[in-house]
Amino acid sequence: MSQAWVTHSNKNHHLVITVGGEWLLKHINQLENDLAAALSLSNLNTVIIDCSELERLDTSGAWLLHRTLLSLVEKGIQCTLENTSTNDRALLDIVQKYGTQDQDLPKHRSQLLDIVAFIGQHALIFLKEALALIAFVGHTIDVLISVVRRPKLLRVTSTLYQMEMVGVRALPIVGLTSFLIGVVIAYQGATLLKQFGANIYIVDLVSVSILRELGIILTAIIVAGRSGSAFAAQIGSMKVNEELDAMQTIGLSPMIVLLIPRLLALLLTLPLLVFFADMMGLCGGALVSWLTLDINPILFIQRLQTSVSTATLLVGLIKAPVFAVLIAIVGCFSGFHVSDNAQSVGARTTSAVVLSIFLVIIVDAIFSVFFSKIDF
Amino acid sequence: MMSQDNIIEVKNLKTQFGDVVVHDGLNLEVRRGEVLGIVGGSGSGKSVLLRSILGLIQPKAGEIHALGYELNKLSAEDHLQIAQQWGVLFQDGALFSALTVAQNIHVVIKEYCKISAALLDELTAIKIKMVGLPIEASDKLPSELSGGMRKRAGLARALALDPKIVFLDEPTAGLDPIGAAALDELIVQLQKTLGLTVVMITHDLDSLYAITDRIAVVADKKIIVTAPLDELLDYPDPWIQDYFHGPRARQINTNDSRH
Repeated sequence: MSQAWVTHSNKNHHLVITVGGEWLLKHINQLENDLAAALSLSNLNTVIIDCSELERLDTSGAWLLHRTLLSLVEKGIQCTLENTSTNDRALLDIVQKYGTQDQDLPKHRSQLLDIVAFIGQHALIFLKEALALIAFVGHTIDVLISVVRRPKLLRVTSTLYQMEMVGVRALPIVGLTSFLIGVVIAYQGATLLKQFGANIYIVDLVSVSILRELGIILTAIIVAGRSGSAFAAQIGSMKVNEELDAMQTIGLSPMIVLLIPRLLALLLTLPLLVFFADMMGLCGGALVSWLTLDINPILFIQRLQTSVSTATLLVGLIKAPVFAVLIAIVGCFSGFHVSDNAQSVGARTTSAVVLSIFLVIIVDAIFSVFFSKIDF
Repeated sequence: MMSQDNIIEVKNLKTQFGDVVVHDGLNLEVRRGEVLGIVGGSGSGKSVLLRSILGLIQPKAGEIHALGYELNKLSAEDHLQIAQQWGVLFQDGALFSALTVAQNIHVVIKEYCKISAALLDELTAIKIKMVGLPIEASDKLPSELSGGMRKRAGLARALALDPKIVFLDEPTAGLDPIGAAALDELIVQLQKTLGLTVVMITHDLDSLYAITDRIAVVADKKIIVTAPLDELLDYPDPWIQDYFHGPRARQINTNDSRH
């Protein structure tokens, strides 16, 4: 026999159920089924549940007994619990006091409605977020103007520190990535150009693609992933820890202390990073040209000077400050709008990266169309 | 072997982080069915003791027995057995933040038992109402609850499997006096009706007076004494004297609020 059991005997519509063993949570599923089976007989007048053989009982077992009793009484069947010990009695009293049957518990709505509500809620959230972001941009401009008017407000040390974090420390990863992209493009181009005997055009291919688009877009994406997320996480955890509130109470503006240094640091270092990425990309391209097409570096540079204008370089670099502002504002906005729990820091950090990369690509597309319209 | 009356025994426990020795030769016995309070100065290692018993910190030396198992030598299966028999209320509830209150309790029950959906919902409702939360709280996320409600929800989760031992880490910290008194009363009531053993870290003198059977004092890297409150009041140790007769304790001594 199992560790918990239900037996029954039936005389003239008079059912005696004997329950015994360990009526604990771990056996509850089996007990519920056994009890239902014992009660499946029709035409019952009275039911007596005999608890004399119960060895152990916990709240789940007690509730199972009590709800059985309740449902029988609802059906108009007389039902009593007999031979309960004092301990069992105490537990039964607790579940009687606190228990509610399933049909009386507040229920969730249907799933279809849930989906409609979900869409509605998220549309509203999206709208609110968009408005808040616009307001944040306005606030940022306002703070920037006050910093320009009173340059003393600028935190120089903090700005320099951020420049090191977002700029200098990003050099290895940005440099390596661009170098490899330069290598990849040159390789792909080399096989094709060789077929036409147009080897020298490898220089145009590499330089135009790296300088105009890839250098800037790669750097912006790496910086959004590295620094945009860092901004959101730093500011967000400060918010959860009430550090932002503490700042305000001692008369410091979080916008001036936290946002402006990060914004300026990115604004100053991203163009430099992009230039560095451009050079590394060209190096990668030059190396491959030398190895596969026998175009030595001197030849590469000569061709570069004749075929590529300064404008090509500028097209890439001009976008850098725009992306810098975008990444800094989205990152800091996400940080400032963390709600007061740790989970929200993670969610906001993720959305900062996703949103800033998305916006970088959108803005880059707009730039492309714009530059081609004005023949730049 | 541990004695019959004891549900937890800690023998010669030594805990160390790097060069910092937190406990050295610490002994503690918790009797079946009692409410044991653990007190000690800030940084004396009360929480470390609790976390050592729970197996969250590996002790350097010594033995911990609980519920008939030696905790340092547990197999993975025994560990599951023991995890079903104790519940823990962490300081801020430590509710899973992505789940609602009801789901926090569901997770625990469903991990160990097969149970029908209706019965699961009913049992969850019992636990939630038992700790004094309104049933409407069950669909709320932890971040939508106040500190006191989070503690109650944490207690409901700790009680989900009808444990034999409940560990409470500063249950009344951060609550207003009314909320704290209500929680004290709830703990005693549950302890009596469910036959729990309660191990409670607290700084709250009112709680100590109101609900503990015995109090263990952590100082000098060990438990210097475990005794009922009345005996502790006269214990000749300067720290204990300061603790129970200091300026904040005076009021309680004058109007004895023991139940």
